[in-house]
Amino acid sequence: MTDLLPLIVAKYNYWLYVILMMIGLYAMIAKNNLIKKVVGMNIFQTAIILFYVSIGYKKDATIPIIQNAHGGHDAHAAVIHAIDYINPLPHVLMLTAIVVSVATFGVAMALAVRIYQRYQTLEEDELRMRLSE
Amino acid sequence: MDNYPVLIVVAPLLAALFAGLAVWIEERLSYPIALTGLAISVFSAFNVLMQVITSGPIQYRMAGWAPPMGIEYRIDLLNAMVLLMVSGIGLLNLVASYKSVKQETYDRAPSFYIVYLLFMTGLLGVTATGDLFNLYVLIEITSLTSYAMVAMGDRDRGPLASLNYVFIGVIGASFYLLGVGYLYMQTGSLNMADVAIILQSHQGSSIVLTAFILCIIGLWIKMAFFPMHVWLPNAYSYSPIAFARVVAPLMTKVMVYVMIRLMITVFGLDYIFKSPFFADAVVWLASVAIIFGAVMALAQKNLKKMLTYIIVCEIGYMVGGAWMGNQLGMTGAILHILNDALMTFAMFLAVGNIVYKLKDVELSNLTGLFGKMPWTMAGFVLAAFSIIGVPPTCGFFSKWYLILGAFEKGAYHFAAALVISSLICAVLFFRVFEICFFSPPSENSGHKESHSHVAMAEAPISMLIVSGFVSLSLIVVGLYSGTIVNTIIIPFLK
Repeated sequence: MTDLLPLIVAKYNYWLYVILMMIGLYAMIAKNNLIKKVVGMNIFQTAIILFYVSIGYKKDATIPIIQNAHGGHDAHAAVIHAIDYINPLPHVLMLTAIVVSVATFGVAMALAVRIYQRYQTLEEDELRMRLSE
Repeated sequence: MDNYPVLIVVAPLLAALFAGLAVWIEERLSYPIALTGLAISVFSAFNVLMQVITSGPIQYRMAGWAPPMGIEYRIDLLNAMVLLMVSGIGLLNLVASYKSVKQETYDRAPSFYIVYLLFMTGLLGVTATGDLFNLYVLIEITSLTSYAMVAMGDRDRGPLASLNYVFIGVIGASFYLLGVGYLYMQTGSLNMADVAIILQSHQGSSIVLTAFILCIIGLWIKMAFFPMHVWLPNAYSYSPIAFARVVAPLMTKVMVYVMIRLMITVFGLDYIFKSPFFADAVVWLASVAIIFGAVMALAQKNLKKMLTYIIVCEIGYMVGGAWMGNQLGMTGAILHILNDALMTFAMFLAVGNIVYKLKDVELSNLTGLFGKMPWTMAGFVLAAFSIIGVPPTCGFFSKWYLILGAFEKGAYHFAAALVISSLICAVLFFRVFEICFFSPPSENSGHKESHSHVAMAEAPISMLIVSGFVSLSLIVVGLYSGTIVNTIIIPFLK
């Protein structure tokens, strides 16, 4: 137990994403309302986005914009160390993943609307009852 | 032309754009534009295959950026074969779809063609790309379009089946994305070839193991491998038949291709088969999947549902063959990607013709079909023989390789599962034949006048030609399967 706590604290970002992911998964499986399930799906995807964002982070690093790159006083003198900047690539990837998750969210909502128009309910147990009639 | 590799993917994408624009002018324009786009795609895929066979793999750099940074299309023999298969089936299905789209989604025909083109773009992109993250995005394009398509189908059950498909599909794609994230943590690269080189020095890393398991589980969900198959039967049987015909043969097969690509190109077979326990477990699971799919298919009363369970069974063949860990099993799995796509396509074409005439394919409604639709049923019989595995058809040859692979590994349970499922398929299809051939027509639908027993009522000629062509190709591919194995699969595995 004494070893476990430092491990959790040192890697808290991973634990956070796992917890969020499980909340999302729980909502997708256990909730009865379709909209709640869709929201759970969105939480699930967001957890992965947070995971990616956190793997790009470095301690004591700044955003990857080079200061004075366009003709400041010491533009040529400054040596660029990659270690001073956080890794922008995972963040850029996540822009695409956000687009994908928004598109999925939209499709899922549109489907929910269609289901509501057809059955006048979004509760899964009621839908199942209507279908088995 | 050096740009054929990208033209395969871009042609349907641009066609989707133009088809969307053309709807503003004239709705009927969308169909010829879709045909043109896919025809260009097939032509390019054929050229690429010829080029790869004569002069080795092609590397295409997007916009000229060099591989580890830029996105690369890497086309070798396996890709090239799958690309030609995907684009060819897409085009043939489009030819057959004109009438059934008019009948089924009459008010939304242009949107059907546009989404169809985007779906093909996704599938072709998944097959062509050599970049792990690009693969994720293209898988999502494929999935999003198929959610929309499934919802266009059955007006009562379609949206609900589609929403369940969305939930499972998102979980699958997210697992794959997580796996790519772990791979990126370890290697700092997303290019498949580059990752493979870097991974050689990280063989024992637990991060790589996590990445591997996450990627493979994500893909298994997407390909409906046995315990994760629940979404498939509903989604495929409630979608419009014009889409079911293309998604059933292609979607799952392309995912099997991605799995084989990850296994061979990215992680390497040596890494995967270092500990035999995992591979053995997967082969066992595949055996269970085969038996389960076959038994569930036997229990169905609807022809479409029955075929969707046969897909679950066939996925078991391919996953089991790929995880056999020897060359024979892998050869069988790759050959079965081609064969299974063709025979499922032939099967669904025949079913599409029946749906066009009968509207619903409950087994009890199929009485007297041999008299009513002889040509369609001829195609149906050929496809059924191929799925059962009767020798001159192609289904036999891939099963043969799979069984040989199972014997070489000593996985007798897998060989037994293969044989049992073939027998169950035989029972299954002969039951359908019996209903269609021997049961007298329109016995229970008494409101029809009794004089019409053998009046022929065939599907439109465009659908029949495609159905006949694909069914005959089953025999041709079967006869030339030795050539395919020797020129494409064996050189690829070397």
